Amino acid sequence: MPATDLPRSAALVEADRLMTICNACRYCEGLCAVFPAMEMRRTFADGDLNYLANLCHQCGACYSDCQYSRPHEFNVNVPAALATLRNDSYAQYAWPRALAPAFARNGLFIALTAAASVAAFIVGFVAWRDPAVLFARHAGDFYKVMPHNAMVILFGAVFVFAIAALTLSLRAYWRDINGEGDGRAVVEATGDAARLTYLGGGGGGCTSENERPSAQRRVFHHFTFYGFLLCFAATSVATIYHYGFGWHAPYALTSLPVLLGIAGGLGLLIGPAGLFVLAQRRDAILTDAPRRGMDTAFLAMLFLVSLTGFALMALRDTGAMGLLLALHLGVVLALFLSLPYGKFVHGLYRYLALVKYAREKRTAAFVD
Amino acid sequence: MPVRFDKIYDVVVAGGGNAALCAAITAARAGRSVIVLEGAPAFYRGGNTRHTRNLRCAHDGTAPTMTGPYDPAEFLDDLYRVTGGETDKALAQLTIERSQELIPWMNKAGVLFQPPLGGTLSLGKTNAFFLGGGRGMLNALYRQAEALGVVCLSDAPVTALAIENGFFTSATIQYEGLPHQVRGRTFVAAAGGFEANIDWLRQHWGAAADNFLIRGTPYNRGDVLKMLLAHGVKPVGDPTQMHCVGIDARAPKFDGGIATRLDSVVFGIMVNRAAQRFYDEGEETWPKRYAIWGRLIAQQSEQIGYSIVDSKSIHMFMPSIFPAVQASTIGELAGKLQLDAAALEKTVADFNAAVRPGTFDHTVLDDCRTEGLAIPKSHWARKIDAPPYYAYPLRPGITFTYLGVRVNEESRMVLNNGKTSGNMFAAGEIMAGNVLGKAYLAGIGMTIGAVFGRIAGERAAKNARN
Ligand SMILES: Cc1cc2nc3c(=O)[nH]c(=O)nc-3n(C[C@H](O)[C@H](O)[C@H](O)COP(=O)(O)OP(=O)(O)OC[C@H]3O[C@@H](n4cnc5c(N)ncnc54)[C@H](O)[C@@H]3O)c2cc1C
Ligand code: HEM
Ligand code: SF4
Ligand code: SF4
Repeated sequence: MPATDLPRSAALVEADRLMTICNACRYCEGLCAVFPAMEMRRTFADGDLNYLANLCHQCGACYSDCQYSRPHEFNVNVPAALATLRNDSYAQYAWPRALAPAFARNGLFIALTAAASVAAFIVGFVAWRDPAVLFARHAGDFYKVMPHNAMVILFGAVFVFAIAALTLSLRAYWRDINGEGDGRAVVEATGDAARLTYLGGGGGGCTSENERPSAQRRVFHHFTFYGFLLCFAATSVATIYHYGFGWHAPYALTSLPVLLGIAGGLGLLIGPAGLFVLAQRRDAILTDAPRRGMDTAFLAMLFLVSLTGFALMALRDTGAMGLLLALHLGVVLALFLSLPYGKFVHGLYRYLALVKYAREKRTAAFVD
Repeated sequence: MPVRFDKIYDVVVAGGGNAALCAAITAARAGRSVIVLEGAPAFYRGGNTRHTRNLRCAHDGTAPTMTGPYDPAEFLDDLYRVTGGETDKALAQLTIERSQELIPWMNKAGVLFQPPLGGTLSLGKTNAFFLGGGRGMLNALYRQAEALGVVCLSDAPVTALAIENGFFTSATIQYEGLPHQVRGRTFVAAAGGFEANIDWLRQHWGAAADNFLIRGTPYNRGDVLKMLLAHGVKPVGDPTQMHCVGIDARAPKFDGGIATRLDSVVFGIMVNRAAQRFYDEGEETWPKRYAIWGRLIAQQSEQIGYSIVDSKSIHMFMPSIFPAVQASTIGELAGKLQLDAAALEKTVADFNAAVRPGTFDHTVLDDCRTEGLAIPKSHWARKIDAPPYYAYPLRPGITFTYLGVRVNEESRMVLNNGKTSGNMFAAGEIMAGNVLGKAYLAGIGMTIGAVFGRIAGERAAKNARN
């Protein structure tokens, strides 16, 4: 983002205020990456604050450990301030800018996208084929309802759009935070993302549910994250089967794509369900409360993708297949469409923040 | 679960900080019923412990977060050096001996440690740093105590003690709007010093006390200490003395904690309301230089001082919580500080003229000094001549007081008649004066609290069984 004359947003002003207090205090320096990164700076430009916000894993430890949190007059609440700024930053970097408001009322945006997408499939099946195709039995052959090529073209196009939009958003972000990285930093950041090192409060565990640290949130995120990756792998393997070997779906239950899909699908049921339960228990004071809908919407979408997928698999030989296919494809399409405009971006922004941190940890010095 | 006020607790603990919880956990592990009476509301529980960062301990160098080893003999030397021998030798040795058990003990109680990062590396050998600071460690101790069945009340100040011939029978507390009697077989006093009691401070410091800032909570008012002394417990420590550092004058009256600390003094000059220097800013190296300024400022008019540096130095010390007052000339700076401009210009000019050439190095006692001034600056003297100029206002920040109750090696209170109490023990700041007659050694407050808290817990547990 080019520097503008606009006044700083409230979220930036608050994050700056808190980082100035924390930098004079420094008691939390062992909890995560945010505080050491802060200690490498004396003042905090907008890009610095956006970087720190995306480096924060919102574990909550620095709130329950802070001697200056409310009711103290310093009113320090780092997790909430950084969550708010982080969500602002998603909107700030969104491409195209016209879609930035999607982050403000994300639950509504995602729900509408999903509903429209499902409806479009139902209408599409009926219009292109005939109403009967929707309710007929096809012995599990999805392509009778929607031709393979049509599916590939539609999903391919949406996928390419999502990648392009994400790339442009990430580029704006990387420039804003003065991103820097190298091979070693990428390896280190990948490890930290894969393990969610900084969701552990420096060893005490995540304190986001209550003051008692626990590893639950990390565990359920692992289910979600690896579930997602496995589903992605299932689709990739199926694509290779189709084009590389000419093996066409439906695949047997014991085939690689189906096994990967089942494992990933289970992850996407267990993970989001667990995260949802934990989110209900979490003290709202630690969060960007007005925008928690973004988390819920993303959890719901992941859960629904998996649920409709399993339903389709179970009932693919019945007359319900047509409708279920519309439902499943509709939800998947909506998920892809909304990837750049919802909670999904957190993984990418956080990952790049971890890359920058891994690099500056080696090259920068603490200010003292 | 409603709190039981009808039962007789084995151990009644007054206070809710480090010392109190170490005693409570130890007694509960020995199978005793324990109640902790903390006067402050839940957020402020654990008074000054909330503001701490580390504890000092002797260790053999195998502690994973420390750069050690720190030999007990070396620790003892350090303690003798800072106190100038004003310490009870037996208790000092006991403190150091048992400081070696603290890291494993704390770990078992759920307290985690971290290696120090920026700004505090010099303490990596002698001090163990709490992960998440004092509040993090305190939260862990409370979880442990509650898991052991200790009844922990907050917002429950002790307002009176029933003591006869040095024997405790009950404490009166104010709880949920009503007075209650809490009866016990033994008593552990761990309710800190009186640093937040401005009236008490005024007795020794007069009106100047109104300008003191209190670094810790407003709840360390010394009420329990006063009750014990009134019941014939023998005092220890100089009642007029307190640990007092120079902190940012814009800090809140109470509870500003560590973040209001300022490290700028040695990089420039320090002046009072009359724009005059009043002490050698380059006399000693950290941490002593940090500790002397509170007292020096307390002796100036209006108890305020101004640390003045220029742009050469502004980035050489730890970032401050409040921004420096900034100006492009010394006269303008004086205006912003409401000091006499001509006087400040003269003070700076005289100082600059007296600065001798040297090689500046703030990490050692360098050769940059002044010559010919009535009040010299012996090290780190550089001209204040590179605008913009910066200033920080400083006031005395009170950390703790030295007056306490006399105890023996069992942490048992000693009475004015020379006898020891039948069932009363003390731990932490309320008895730290036994070990620390004057001055301070970073991290030893927590060491004394944890060591004597554990001893008090052990002894009270034993006492209650008999
Ligand atoms: C800013 C700051 C930083 C510090 N940093 C360090 C450090 O890094 N390392 C270190 O070793 N020391 C440090 N100290 C000193 C350290 O805080 C004390 O030595 C230590 O906390 C004393 O522990 P304690 O349990 O005796 O007292 P506290 O922790 O002060 O606990 C006393 C408790 O008694 C309660 N109380 C008071 N009156 C009553 C009453 N009438 N009834 C019931 N309860 C009552 C108070 O509310 C309080 O919770 C620091 C102090 C300050 C102010
Ligand atoms: C690059 C790696 C990733 C990192 C470092 C990461 C990190 C985090 C962190 C720290 C949180 C908790 C704080 C918050 O809610 O913002 C979180 C939440 C979440 N993540 Fe990730 N994530 C990554 C990738 C993913 C992926 C790929 C998915 C699934 C597709 C995912 C799904 C979720 C969900 C659903 C939540 C919300 C959970 C809740 O309500 O607590 N994450 N992530
Ligand atoms: S969150 Fe609180 S305790 Fe932690 S560094 Fe910031 S001010 Fe200090
Ligand atoms: S919430 Fe957790 S990850 Fe975020 S700054 Fe605080 S300790 Fe670090």
